[in-house]
Amino acid sequence: MTSNTTAASVRIEIIVDVPIERAFKVFTERFDRIKPREHNMLGVDIAESIFEPRGGGRVYDRGVDGSECQWGRVLAYEPPTRILFTWDISPRWQIETDPTRSSEVEIRFVAEAERRTRVELEHRHLDRHGDGWQGLAEGVRGDQGWRLYLQRFAAATC
Amino acid sequence: MDGWSALADPTRRTILELVALRPRAVQELADELPVTRPAVSQHLKLLKSAGLVVDRAEGTRRIYRANPAGMAALRAQLDRFWSQTLANFKQLAEEEEEQT
Repeated sequence: MTSNTTAASVRIEIIVDVPIERAFKVFTERFDRIKPREHNMLGVDIAESIFEPRGGGRVYDRGVDGSECQWGRVLAYEPPTRILFTWDISPRWQIETDPTRSSEVEIRFVAEAERRTRVELEHRHLDRHGDGWQGLAEGVRGDQGWRLYLQRFAAATC
Repeated sequence: MDGWSALADPTRRTILELVALRPRAVQELADELPVTRPAVSQHLKLLKSAGLVVDRAEGTRRIYRANPAGMAALRAQLDRFWSQTLANFKQLAEEEEEQT
């Protein structure tokens, strides 16, 4: 896996030894299995993460109590080569309700051989989230904010 | 040192909060905190190496402020998040492929 991160984007690519159709299908249909669970914005454990496979679809987590947290909107669904969705999560890992402050995630699938696919992920326009330090300065006040933030970070890096 | 290790220390968090509110010189920070000026300098050095603050010279003083780019920590988090997602994806896809 290689990652190539620039000022306002994160880019990662990976090679998987499966055909392109299969790679696309696993990514979109099994999103629940591949998305790390650590970043949970629901008050309860996540039962399932859902990627709705169509333009205009939602990307959301469903809690064990049935509550839902939508954190993305599908902008493009083009099997088996491309998906594009918004990232409506602020730098403090809270839902961003202002769509102008969302970044976006594009995933491209490129067939390298019959059973070999390159998957390129780009999370871009991070600058649209605005100045992260504004949130940081708020979070810094009070240990509760910090403890949560650091706990989330520690969980994400395990 | 990365941003998160840098922020594990409460004094450094306080320093970052102070310079995020407005730019300050080393002595100003030392005046507001129960630590010595050399200790403040040391903390600022670490915060700077983590990309969390930037400084500029003003006469003989150095003025520190929170890094306005401010995205280093976010990028590091997202890089980890997506790396983990893709690693999970590769494992699952290839496992299932073997079974077919």
